[in-house]
This record gives sequence, structure tokens and C-alpha cells, in this order.
Amino acid sequence: MIELIDVNKTYRTARGDVAALTGVNLTVEDGEIFGIIGLSGAGKSTLVRCINMLERPTSGKVLIDGEDVTKASPKRLREIRRNAGMIFQGFNLLEQRTVEENVRFPLELAKVKRADAEKRVKELLSLVGLEDKNKAYPSQLSGGQKQRVAIARALATNPKYLLCDEATSALDRATTESILSLIKDVNAKFGVTVIMITHEMKVIERICDKVAVICDGKIAEVGKVADVFSDPKSDTAKELVLPDLVKSMNAGDGYKFRLIFDGKGSAMPIISDLAIKKGVAVNIVFADTKDINGKIFGHLVFTLSGGREEFEKTRDFLVGNNVKFVAEKGEKRL
Amino acid sequence: MSQMLKTLFEDGTILTGLWETTYMTALSTAIAYAIGLPLGIILCATDKNGLKPVPWLNKTLGFIVNVLRSFPFIILMVAFLPAARVIVGTGLGNKAMIVMLVIAAAPYVARMVESSLKETDRGVIEAARAMGASDFEIIRKVYLPESKPSLITGAVISAVTVLGYSAMAATIGGGGLGAIAVTYGYQRGNRDVIWIAVAIIVIVVQAIQELGMLVSRKTDKRIN
Repeated sequence: MIELIDVNKTYRTARGDVAALTGVNLTVEDGEIFGIIGLSGAGKSTLVRCINMLERPTSGKVLIDGEDVTKASPKRLREIRRNAGMIFQGFNLLEQRTVEENVRFPLELAKVKRADAEKRVKELLSLVGLEDKNKAYPSQLSGGQKQRVAIARALATNPKYLLCDEATSALDRATTESILSLIKDVNAKFGVTVIMITHEMKVIERICDKVAVICDGKIAEVGKVADVFSDPKSDTAKELVLPDLVKSMNAGDGYKFRLIFDGKGSAMPIISDLAIKKGVAVNIVFADTKDINGKIFGHLVFTLSGGREEFEKTRDFLVGNNVKFVAEKGEKRL
Repeated sequence: MSQMLKTLFEDGTILTGLWETTYMTALSTAIAYAIGLPLGIILCATDKNGLKPVPWLNKTLGFIVNVLRSFPFIILMVAFLPAARVIVGTGLGNKAMIVMLVIAAAPYVARMVESSLKETDRGVIEAARAMGASDFEIIRKVYLPESKPSLITGAVISAVTVLGYSAMAATIGGGGLGAIAVTYGYQRGNRDVIWIAVAIIVIVVQAIQELGMLVSRKTDKRIN
């Protein structure tokens, strides 16, 4: 388990102090794939680096399995780091070493015997599907292959945790997908707890169990991916989950409804029922639903052309059908 | 061809000169690296963005290096004569010249090494740190091997610079091709001796340059 307790990080610059993280509290349970999403400059990279002390928090505690790593001795810290593999957006492979030498690198640092290391390297390369590239140099590999090598290298010392800093941001769609499924496999097979930093919703939605939304160095929202996605509470989360939703919420001054599909309600045809059974004509201004783990999540925003009476009819109908919704009049956000 | 040039070839003076130039250059460059390489590593590591920032040490070393590099070589040779006497027991000849070359080249090499090491991708260093590498391991297993091609290029440039300086050996009674050009060519008015000496130096420089670049390219795994 990784716990961040009231973590603050301030950078001293020539133009004064800049707060990168403010009062961050987070708990990552063992075996989870925990996503941290935010816009660029939100402090995500600093946050993940505070876990393995690549960045030292200005104040606060970082507990890994109960041990405060901010107080660890340099020697102990190196051991802790071996228990938390890390992969990066830029892969960060040693360019002058072959694929197998790269994967062997952390084993050399851990003083693993040469023969055992060779065996482990073989296992890892077959895990990431690059057995035949063992003698290649990074410059001869594609981006996806480089990230596979980086994953193999990060897993070499059998870490309990895997920290991923924008691991798929430099990759195209298909490669992203294959890297994500590899990470998911690693999580499922070896029970490695994964922390994924990203600015892409699709990454979170594809493999994460939980997500924390970070904005201006503060945690805006934490929860199960399904909950945060179906009903984002914070403005940042709304903007990240559904950028167009925010725009649509500000349009028009009539009665507005936002229906929330959180994977629990039935897939009944609400809108047509509303029109047929209640005679209410709706004007759909926004709709976005997605399938997450086989359940429907998303939002549907509509406005009413009628007045108070239609509003009440609609509201009662939605309540009666157990549909989660938010209703508002005018330009207020839903 | 002047009679002088013919004599110099026949009595082996040219060949001896070539040998003296080569060994002065090779030995001085080697010793300069023995001093400059660790110095360059310290300069890189103690930099404010380095592995272990130590501002006072970095600034002090940087200052000494800059001062030594500011000396015009011809003045350095005179200024450090007493130092040569202490180190090799004489202020004259090839031995003293090697001391001078080392004093001139070591700070130069330190800067070369520093700049090569600083080219290392910061992300790779961060990755090594995340894998639990100590500062020493990062220097030995990341900085040095990753910048090897650049270090070799630097060594070639340093060796060529040292070779150029070594031509001034005549000033303090040393030998080599430079001394031949001055003594038999310039002072006795045999222009062709000067040109032949220069031509041989050009060939030696070319050989070092080409060979060094070939090795640098061969060791660099980023291109192929």
C-alpha cells in the first residue's frame, strides 16, 4: 500500500516559490491500477516522483507499506526503489546497451549473479514478446518496442509497484493499446500495483480501477473510475471527462437536464418513453456514453422547449424510472 | 630539395623528430586524461544540475581550470619552468615539455570531458536513479558508457591540440618536428625543411583525426 499524507512540494525559483503540490492525500491499495490524471503542469509528474523520492516533498509523509520513505537512508532508499519499477514517456533506455543489457541493468545494480540475471532477462524478454530483439540496440527499435524493453527492465527486480509516467503519451493509438494490455497483464499475473500518470482519459478508462484527478497541484477528486467518469464532481474532472459537456452546460437559458448513466440503471429508452408516454419534446444538446467493462456510462444533456409544467412532468418521470439526473434552469452548470 | 633536407632525411633526424612528436603527444595526452578525466567527472557531478551539487567545489575547480586555460601556451612554458624543475628535475628538453603540455592540456581535457558527460540524457540518469543506482554507479554505468563516442571525439580533439602545442618544444630545448622546422628550417633559411615538417605534422593530425572518428563511430550504437 502506498499512502501520501499531506504532501507538499514547493520549487524555489528565481521568480519566487512555485507550489507544485499542495496538501496531497492519496491511498493506493495493493493490486490496484491507480490512475492519476490532470492537464499538463498540474503536478502529476511531481506527484509520482514523490513516491520514489526522485523529488523530495517539501513536507508531508510518503508511506510505502507503512514505511516513511522521506526518512529512509540513502542505502535503504535504493532498496525501496528496486521495489518500485518506473517507466517513462521517453522510455529512457541506455542507448549504448543492447536490449538484453538494458534489462540486465537493474540486476547488475542489485548485484544479482550473472547466470541468474541472464535467466531472468530471458524470462522478461519473453514476457514482453521481444526474445528475438535481445541483441538489438534501442535505436533499432520502434517506440512500442522501446517501451516494452522499459517495462521488462522495470520489472527485472520483481518490484511490487510499477510507476508509469505518461508511459503511452509518445505512442500511437494501436501501440498504446498493446502497451496498456501488457501493463494490465502484468498487474493480473504478478499482482503488481500500478500507478499510471496520464493526461489521456482513454488510458484511465481502458485499464484503471481508481482514478485521482489532479488540478493545480491539488487532488480535485478521487474515486472508482466508473463513478468519476459517470458523475464527475469537480470542474477539472468534468473538463477532462467530457470537454464538450462543459460547453453544452453553459448554453441556453431554459430548463436543462443532465442524465447520468453510471452503469447501474437499465438500458431502457428513456428519451423516447418520455416523448411517447408523457408527450414531452426534448432537445438533445449533448450525448456521450461509453462502454466500460460492459456497462454503460456517460451523460446525456437535453433542454425543454416548454415551461414549468413540462419540467415537473419530466422530473417525475425520471424519478419514477430511477434515472440519475441533475436539473437546472438558466445558465448555471449542472 | 636543399642539401640540408637531404641530410636530415639521411641521418634520421626527421624520423627521430616524428618519433619525439608522437611520443610527447601520446604521453602528454595520456597523463592529461589521467588528471582531466576525474576532474571533468567532478566538474559534471558537482554542477548545480549534477548528481551531487557542491557549489563551492565546482566554482573553485572551475576557476582553476579557467585560469590555466587562459595562459597562452608560450607564456605558460616560461611561467611553469620552476614547476617542471620540481617534477622532472629539469626545465629543459622533452621531459620538461611533457610537463608543460600536461599542465596546458589537463584543464582543457577536464572541460572536454565535462561537456561530453553533460550531453547524457537526463531521463536516462533519472531512470537509473529510479532503479536504485548510487551516484558512483550512475557515473560508472551511465555517464561514462553513454557518452563514450563523445569522449573519444574529445580525446581526438585534445590530442590534436597537444600535438600543435608540442611544436613549440624548441623554445625550451625540446625536440620533435616543430623543433626541426625552427632549427634547421627557419634559423638556417631552408624553406623546404619547414614545409616538409609541416606536411608530416598534417599527416599525423589527419591520421589521429580519421582513426579517432572511426573508433568513435564504431562505438556509437545510436546511429546504426
